[in-house]
Parts: sequence; structure tokens; C-alpha cells
Amino acid sequence: MIRITVTSVFVDDQSKALDFYTDVLGFVLKNDIPLGGDDRWLTVVSPAAPDGVELLLEPSGHPAVGPYKAALVEDGVPATSFGVDDIQAEFERLTARGVRFVQPPTDMGPVIVATLDDTCGNLIQIAQMTAAS
Amino acid sequence: MAADVFKALADATRRAILDELQDRDGQSLFEICTRLTMRHGLGSTRQAVSQHLDVLEQAGLVVVRREGRYKFHHHDTGPLREITSRWPLPDEGQSS
Repeated sequence: MIRITVTSVFVDDQSKALDFYTDVLGFVLKNDIPLGGDDRWLTVVSPAAPDGVELLLEPSGHPAVGPYKAALVEDGVPATSFGVDDIQAEFERLTARGVRFVQPPTDMGPVIVATLDDTCGNLIQIAQMTAAS
Repeated sequence: MAADVFKALADATRRAILDELQDRDGQSLFEICTRLTMRHGLGSTRQAVSQHLDVLEQAGLVVVRREGRYKFHHHDTGPLREITSRWPLPDEGQSS
């Protein structure tokens, strides 16, 4: 059986990203392994699933990454999407923490979505599935 | 200029874009695409939506604003005045 164990986002600065993804978003550190140079195998998990899918905060050193991220941000395309139980509460909590949302919670039918800036060169979508619609 | 406005309005997808910008002004291309798909069942490609936005921008009905690395689309109903200045509406309270 094949499983998804790791997914990733390219981050401009791994230390800054770890702070944002843990202290602000609320994930917890899972693995932090030096890879040579300044790069680390740096992953976080949801406190709701400590043994679940890991999010790799991947270095952006490859020259293609910068233009790729810039083009996605310009058009508002999220690098990835995370699930939340109460999107309005998360929006208010994160906004109070100074997080910049480029899209406030918006009802899209089966899902309510919002998009925030992770301060590491990405837009991130948060999504709340609406009940049985 | 006026011809551009009429041409821009003569398309259901472009009118839907203006409806969505009326709902919330200042959207990214991605948000506009998502709204067209999820709320209007319009499965237009990103490239097609981008071309519609170009037409609306040329007509002055959409204004693109760059803010840092972001690009937002705003709507401007100003050009619609051409319609009522050319064909004035009846006075308020007089029509029925």
C-alpha cells in the first residue's frame, strides 16, 4: 500500500518558516535534521495528527523556485491548502497575530476558503468543509 | 472607449466577473477563477479568465493594482455613466 507521508512547501528561510508554521499557524516540529550547508530536513505535523502527514519546509535554493513562487503569488495561487474546523475563528485569531490575508473567508459552496501569506514566499489556503452540502 | 464598454459587457462571463468584484472588490486572478467555477459553474481556464480581465481593463471597468508581490483586480463602474448620459433615465418617481 502506498501512502502520502510527506508533502512540502518551498520556504525562503527555514528558521523563519519554522517560527511561522509552529508559533503562528500552530503546527509542531517533527524532524529537524541537518543536510549540509544551511539546509535542514525540517518537517512539522498537526497536533491533531502527530504521526500523520508531515509538512516539509523545503529550502528554496534552486534557481527555478524563486520565479515559480513569484508567479504563483502574483496570480493568488496557494502553494497548498490546510483544513480547519472553524475558519472564521482561525481568520480572526491569525489576523490578530498580524497575519496578512489576501482573501478573507469566502463561501464557495461545499467549502469556505481563505488565503494567507506565510511570510516565506507563499500563499496558503485554509479550508473548512461545510456540512453535507 | 464607449464601444469597448459595450463589447466588454456583451459577455456573460465578463458580467459574472463584475458581479463577483461587486461582491468583494480587490481579488486575485485565482480568487476570480475559483468564484466563477464554484458559484457560476463556469469552468473557464485561467488563460481565458485572464483574457476576459484584459477586455474589462481596456474598457476601464476593471483596474489592476499591484501591491508588493500581489496583483489585485478592482472594478470601476465609472464608464457605465456613458450609457445613462447618452440615454438618460427618467426622473426618479416619474417612471413606472
